[in-house]
Amino acid sequence: MLGTGIIKGLAVTAKNFVGSFYDPARLVTVEYPEKQIPIPENYRNFPFLVHEGDDPIATLRCVACKICENECPPQCIYIVAERDEKGKVLKKPKIFDIDIAVCMSCQICVEVCPFDAIKMDQHFEIAAGNRFEGLLLHREQLAKPNSYYQKIHPTEAAEVDAMLTAMKARQAAEKSAKAKPAPATQTPPPAA
Amino acid sequence: MNAPANTNSLLERAPVMIRDWIIGFFPESLRWPVGALLAIAAMLAVFGLVFAFLTLAERKLLGRAQNRPGPNRSGLPFFRGTKLFGLTQPFADAVKMLTKEDIVPRAADHLLHFLAPVLVVAFALMTFAVIPYGRQLVAVDIDAGVLYFFAAGAATELAIFMAGWASHNKYSLIGAMRALAQLISYELPLLLSVVPVVMLAGTLSPTKIVEAQANVPGGLIPHWHVFTPWGAVGFAIFMVAALAEANRSPFDLPEGESELVAGHLTEYSGFKYALFFMAEYFGMIGLTGMGATLFLGGWQAPCAFLEFIPSYLWFGVKMLSLILFMMWIRATLLRLRIDQLTRLAWKFLVPLALINLGTAAFWSRTDSWSGPLQFVRWAIALALIVVPFVVIGRRLTAGLAPRTYRYAT
Ligand code: SF4
Ligand code: SF4
Repeated sequence: MLGTGIIKGLAVTAKNFVGSFYDPARLVTVEYPEKQIPIPENYRNFPFLVHEGDDPIATLRCVACKICENECPPQCIYIVAERDEKGKVLKKPKIFDIDIAVCMSCQICVEVCPFDAIKMDQHFEIAAGNRFEGLLLHREQLAKPNSYYQKIHPTEAAEVDAMLTAMKARQAAEKSAKAKPAPATQTPPPAA
Repeated sequence: MNAPANTNSLLERAPVMIRDWIIGFFPESLRWPVGALLAIAAMLAVFGLVFAFLTLAERKLLGRAQNRPGPNRSGLPFFRGTKLFGLTQPFADAVKMLTKEDIVPRAADHLLHFLAPVLVVAFALMTFAVIPYGRQLVAVDIDAGVLYFFAAGAATELAIFMAGWASHNKYSLIGAMRALAQLISYELPLLLSVVPVVMLAGTLSPTKIVEAQANVPGGLIPHWHVFTPWGAVGFAIFMVAALAEANRSPFDLPEGESELVAGHLTEYSGFKYALFFMAEYFGMIGLTGMGATLFLGGWQAPCAFLEFIPSYLWFGVKMLSLILFMMWIRATLLRLRIDQLTRLAWKFLVPLALINLGTAAFWSRTDSWSGPLQFVRWAIALALIVVPFVVIGRRLTAGLAPRTYRYAT
């Protein structure tokens, strides 16, 4: 009969109305600042710089090779390498800025970095009062410890760490082979 | 009116006493205008607040009906962390509306564009004048109050058309056209549903209509119009038409945002937009207030022993429950298409309202029937309602339902 559909509909909304007070599982929204949905591991937004030790700036993995600066499609990375008094280039950045107002989260900088020094972050609460200075991140803000990287991207970080330790071991072996040629004849370098 | 002693309680007389006390400070010649101004000020204050909290209630209710908590963030300024269930939301909204930029399109008719929001609120407020809010609480007690009410109420649509025309925008104009089409379609069933009340009460004055629904001393069943066959039908038709008259969902075609941006509101921003918003709620308050007056016994308590609760509270309860019902409907129903809207009015509501006139006439003719004849009276009256409803409903929906879906299951 005419009108039964309306009554059925009214019953549905009434059930939702009452149910939303008694059954919290019905509420689909998350009260955001207090509660958060866990971020999936593969989420990425902006790059950050990985450092190893306690002193963020001194132990950056970045060697200021500028590959990422050259490859970044929107050109939002700006690097100046550190120099000593004689003007010789040291292998670390004096300035490392990323303008995240321009960055398009493409991850190309991460892919091209030969030193695994730059990785993608998950921190998204980056609203700023000023869109020029506020969104231009310097190396102090970008530097984050390796442990943080292991926390946000566990799988990826494990791979990177395994690779890095293997490489270090190889380098150490090569070094010791060069320094002491006598034992080298006894044990051939693993790389060979 | 049969007035037991408890209807004269202090609370019942408080509003009138306060008014008389304030008026007492003025010389004789000034008393009448001061009294009128006081009534206006009281009404603006009360209904302004009611409007503010209705917006919040509506958003909360819609949220809950959709399994969301609704607005619950706004707290107090200077007290960070307080939340108060979002109760201060209306005030935050008001500040936002007041501080927004007021944009007037260059091509718009500036005078009309400015006048429309003012008029729409003015007309909505004018309807408040004749509604009896309590035993002695009516601002202007005129004999043709019902007529005046619907005349002022229909004029709001004129202001909406003004807004659409002055905006010089095609969406606004289409919205305004729809508003007029809706007005012409729904004013008729609205008035036809009221005619039986006027017929049986024999008066056009809202106060007298309320008195006609007074309780029988000691009676337990309310003597309201809605509890008669013709009253129930009239009330249902009145509510449907009132939804359309107030431009509420499912009849909110003039501002149908999915097809018309915002209809007549497209070119309005800031406080002018807030005025239209206010007018919508005022229209809703006025219509539900009139609905309660005509069909739900106005300020009458449901039964005699509940009369110790002041009459204006009964009126408020009735009005608010009707408004909440309108919100519930908004949470449930989809917007109609314009042709469905006019078809519903002309082919369904108008015939039913006309037949209802006959039912009401029959009911008033058979007033003296008693004993077993009472049952005959009810049976005939109900048959006069149900049979046309089923027949017209069948004919209207023939070939429409059930719908078969080709691709969905
Ligand atoms: S993610 Fe892409 S856009 Fe952003 S800094 Fe890296 S290379 Fe540039
Ligand atoms: S982040 Fe990587 S690619 Fe970029 S400058 Fe540093 S070491 Fe080179």
